[in-house]
Amino acid sequence: MPAAAKGRVRVGLFVTCLVDLFRPSVGFAAVKLLSDAGCDVDVPPRQTCCGQPAYNSGDKETARDIARLTIAAFEAHDYVVVPSGSCAGMLKAHYPTLLADDPQWAPRAAAFAAKVFELISFLVDVRGVSEVGAEYQGRATYHDSCSGLRELGIQEQPRRLLGSVKGLELVEMTDADVCCGFGGTFAIKYPDISNAIVARKTEQVAATEPDILLAGDLGCLMNMAGKLSRQGSKIAVRHVAEVLAGEMRDPAIGARP
Amino acid sequence: MSVGTSPAFKDNARAALGDAQLQRALSSVAPGLAARRSTARAALPEFEALRDVGRDIKDHTLAYLDLYLEAFANKARAAGSHVHFAATAEDAREIIRAICRDAGARVVTKGKSMVSEEIGLNACLEADGLEVVETDLGEYLIQIRGETPSHIIAPAIHLTQDQVEADFRRLHTDLPKDRVLIEPTQLVSEAREILRGKFLAADVGITGANFLIAETGTSVIVTNEGNGDLTQSLPKVHIALASIEKLVPTLEDVSTLIRLLARSATGQEISTYTTFSTGPRRPGDPDGPEACHIVILDNGRSELLGTALQEVLRCIRCGACMNHCPVYTAIGGHAYGWVYPGPIGAVLTPALIGMRSAGHLPNASTFCGRCEQVCPMKIPLPGLMRHWREEEFSAGDTPVLYRLGLKAWAALAKRPRLYHPLARLGIAVLAGLGRRRGAFRRLPLAEGWTRHRDLPAPQSRTFQALWADYKAGVPR
Repeated sequence: MPAAAKGRVRVGLFVTCLVDLFRPSVGFAAVKLLSDAGCDVDVPPRQTCCGQPAYNSGDKETARDIARLTIAAFEAHDYVVVPSGSCAGMLKAHYPTLLADDPQWAPRAAAFAAKVFELISFLVDVRGVSEVGAEYQGRATYHDSCSGLRELGIQEQPRRLLGSVKGLELVEMTDADVCCGFGGTFAIKYPDISNAIVARKTEQVAATEPDILLAGDLGCLMNMAGKLSRQGSKIAVRHVAEVLAGEMRDPAIGARP
Repeated sequence: MSVGTSPAFKDNARAALGDAQLQRALSSVAPGLAARRSTARAALPEFEALRDVGRDIKDHTLAYLDLYLEAFANKARAAGSHVHFAATAEDAREIIRAICRDAGARVVTKGKSMVSEEIGLNACLEADGLEVVETDLGEYLIQIRGETPSHIIAPAIHLTQDQVEADFRRLHTDLPKDRVLIEPTQLVSEAREILRGKFLAADVGITGANFLIAETGTSVIVTNEGNGDLTQSLPKVHIALASIEKLVPTLEDVSTLIRLLARSATGQEISTYTTFSTGPRRPGDPDGPEACHIVILDNGRSELLGTALQEVLRCIRCGACMNHCPVYTAIGGHAYGWVYPGPIGAVLTPALIGMRSAGHLPNASTFCGRCEQVCPMKIPLPGLMRHWREEEFSAGDTPVLYRLGLKAWAALAKRPRLYHPLARLGIAVLAGLGRRRGAFRRLPLAEGWTRHRDLPAPQSRTFQALWADYKAGVPR
């Protein structure tokens, strides 16, 4: 296995607030995938949220405070891995910008950003993982979450790993790379517009007649799962890591137990 | 300057979402333009490299804009044009009114110009008793309906063919009633029969300009209907109205930008007509205006130079950001409430009418980043929208409840030792409440979420709590 050949590395898991609060199974799936890829996983307790709610609301000072907190929490790790393209994008692309004018923190932010990776792209691009041992019998479709796709270039990696899941048939939906309408606080500030966008998304999802809808960001997943649930759809919704890790014992997102 | 209905953005958006006719019109055209752009981009291997070149051309021009404006004015005057600088919308209107007055004008034809929308030109000329005729098909349609453009290159994108046909049959009563009006070409022919007379009758023709070329004093327009050429070459007087950021140093630069413009806008390699105009008719020229005026509008733009917002002045008005925007394609352009809709409008409008009026525009974005991805000038639109949110927050203009919520959340998020115990408690309660259904149909304080979708319930406990147990040897 190429991962083992590279030697074990010390990975700090940035859990993300949504996974911490709503879907810990994604965290455990990440831990399993990382361990299988030769990583020693640690979860620093001094982490909360990546700070996007503040950053995207114009509150730069709070975003900076949270950035410093997060950077300090992971200084002992070789890598920081995040089961979300959006939060990983914040850590990797935006922390250095936020702290660029802070002489003490700018270099720390740059060093931090260099070791931050979104989970699936870390497995494929850094650890050389090309297949997983999981099995899932059914038709799946995959939604490209915006930040992961456009800030981090995550598109082919999840599809490659899903291709190795035994029994899984991947069906592409139309406009898989178009926003689901979540947008963090956007979904709450502009609920009607957000609804129109997610309704179009669930229409595209349903058109592929999948058993399961997958994505790499819990925010988007909760948005799409919430809409599908309201529409009475039977399509299951899960984080892609859950399927890749075989971490399927909990009900799908928003599903009745 | 009028602030339009931008302050009522939320109500506008809700009305737009409930407008079945509008939704039908929006469902095909903008995605069609996006698909055509994608094809055109794929057919040009150097497209992405061209975007860098385009960005650099514009950045360079903006860095030396004062010099290029001066050089342009000198060259244009040497070619016989009159060049007018207008600091404000009102200045521009007064300059144009005076030109029309001096020309003894009664009929004015117009090519498509968003800047003329920005300065409210038509209403002002009509108040002077002039007949103003829009000659771009889309602009003509919205003029006869008393509307404003809802897209910067496809102004009537909010209309369906049925609506257009009905309007034509209502107004063009002297044309045959049995004519077929289904295909775009048939609609164009219909409009052409009306417009031909206007072109010939016009005393003054007013167009915009896609580019002003400093080295030659030339104004450039790109159109697909040829109406712009008739507007600027048939009347005695041509007025080109353009904002300061249309300046480009050389002909060579324009040829680069044109390769990006049509591909980004409509997926064409080049627009049907690309017209370069330098000065009035010269002795021996077969046609052209006797007098040529170029009105260059600032209207607040120069204040953006040297600021974080300078990048928005790179815009070449292709409209790609709109065609690819999930918000624009859901609600259309009118909901934005002012002249420039979509992502570019969300950045430009607050600069022109103020954040107090346009505050919703940069806030109503999911930051999906598709606009920046397709922008031929690589304008970091989401970043600039965030810039406006920062200005709003610093000025204390973020809505009170939202601000308080953010403050409370921030107080916790900055203190992990406080955050985690409270998160455990909150999640235990929420998970307990949601255990039976797995999702909430309604939840106090989450109405914004649950109005249209369920809120998935938390699984059980927080990951941090479960992880602590797991590390302590408690099996999951």
